[in-house]
Amino acid sequence: MADTRIAPQEILLPVRAGFIALTLIAALMLNLLPWSGAWLWIKPDFVALVVLYWCIEQPRKVGFVSAWMMGLFMDVADGTLLGQHALAYSILAYASIVLHRRVRMFSGTPQVVHVLLLLLLNDLIVLAIRLVAGADFPGLRYFIGSFVAAALWLPLGALLKLLLRPRPDPYQI
Amino acid sequence: MEYSAPPFFKTGPTALARLLIFAALSLAFLVTDSRFNFLESLRSIAAVAVYPLQRIAAAPAGIARRIGDFFTTHGSLREDNARLKRENFKNAALLLQLKGLQAEIRQLRELLAARERLDIELAAAEVLYAARDPFSRKLVIDRGSQQGVRPGQPVVDDRGLVGQVTRAYPWLAEVTLVTDKGQFVPVQNVRNGLRAVLSGTGSDGTLELRFIPLNADFRNGDELVTSGIDGVYPPGLPVARVAEIERSADQIFARITCAPLAGVANHTHLLVVSGSRELPPRPVDERKPARGKKPRKG
Repeated sequence: MADTRIAPQEILLPVRAGFIALTLIAALMLNLLPWSGAWLWIKPDFVALVVLYWCIEQPRKVGFVSAWMMGLFMDVADGTLLGQHALAYSILAYASIVLHRRVRMFSGTPQVVHVLLLLLLNDLIVLAIRLVAGADFPGLRYFIGSFVAAALWLPLGALLKLLLRPRPDPYQI
Repeated sequence: MEYSAPPFFKTGPTALARLLIFAALSLAFLVTDSRFNFLESLRSIAAVAVYPLQRIAAAPAGIARRIGDFFTTHGSLREDNARLKRENFKNAALLLQLKGLQAEIRQLRELLAARERLDIELAAAEVLYAARDPFSRKLVIDRGSQQGVRPGQPVVDDRGLVGQVTRAYPWLAEVTLVTDKGQFVPVQNVRNGLRAVLSGTGSDGTLELRFIPLNADFRNGDELVTSGIDGVYPPGLPVARVAEIERSADQIFARITCAPLAGVANHTHLLVVSGSRELPPRPVDERKPARGKKPRKG
């Protein structure tokens, strides 16, 4: 009997750079939706999640440059100190590139736990920069977003795999 | 180069080396952005790149609002109309008075040879989104430097002061709310003219008057308006109402908590106040060469 903790391998279509760029842009747009009030705390960082996903699935295609650029865009869109998200996403990219073989070995909950820890690391870096810059600790609810993002990990993976699954060619004999 | 790896294995610098490069670059940006002022051009270039996304992301909310408007009932429209007519009638009467008073003030000022105080213009702006950052209270509005919005301009709604423009991009501007930690507004108590500085606390709906002596004459319900002595805010804009005063003998200062009058957390439309106030030139400090004032950072 096969060990159910090991992820099943699946042959998918090769990922095009345009597709990756499209998902990153979509994530950035989700981050820029007019969230307000309590939603602002619950809201996951979609960009961090998608960057993490591609760094684990396609570490040869998505790496530091895309992560760092997305970080800069987030800093500009939020009007925060330039470089804080860039630094956090760079470290996130490093951690996920180093761990990508390990994370891909797992499936289901153990993989989500890995992702959650990586996302919390991302949060901690942003938090550290803000505290150094003189902000107050916003309370533990600051971390809620990462738990929501980790919960979205499996649906996100399923969605992207669905888009990349080879379609049977109707003209093939 | 006889010991280098065959081309098949060449993947550029290792992950750790890349991390060090990008982390160093980010840290350099962080330090430069927090201490100096010359990354603003890079920021505005990136802002122009993100601008279409910001507009597209804000579109669904606008469409939803429009659909909501479409389904307003006839009854509520009639009710609104009647209420607005009533208010308009009342305001028209006040406006007549105001015109008379303005003329009177102008005459008196001419008599006193005082300079013209202010000349306010209002421009409506729509809120695109609130910044995702849980550490600060900021909004992004849909008017920028192309429409004449400049950093430092106050932003109001129909009830009072909302905040201040802290950054202006070509078609967008960033507004820091009065509730932001590190946002300070010089105010005056309407009841007795007592001046103070109101500061944001970083949480929605609370402002604080700091370093007020225990015996200062503030009472619950006192209305605070901008005093205008800073040259940034025009005088007389309503800002907050005193909500709670805590005076304990073991502290030097009273703890005065205020609630903002403007709907700081919930609006879709705002007014950007522009208008030049002629201020006397700042006295130049003779010990140091005069330098441009550094704008506030978020």
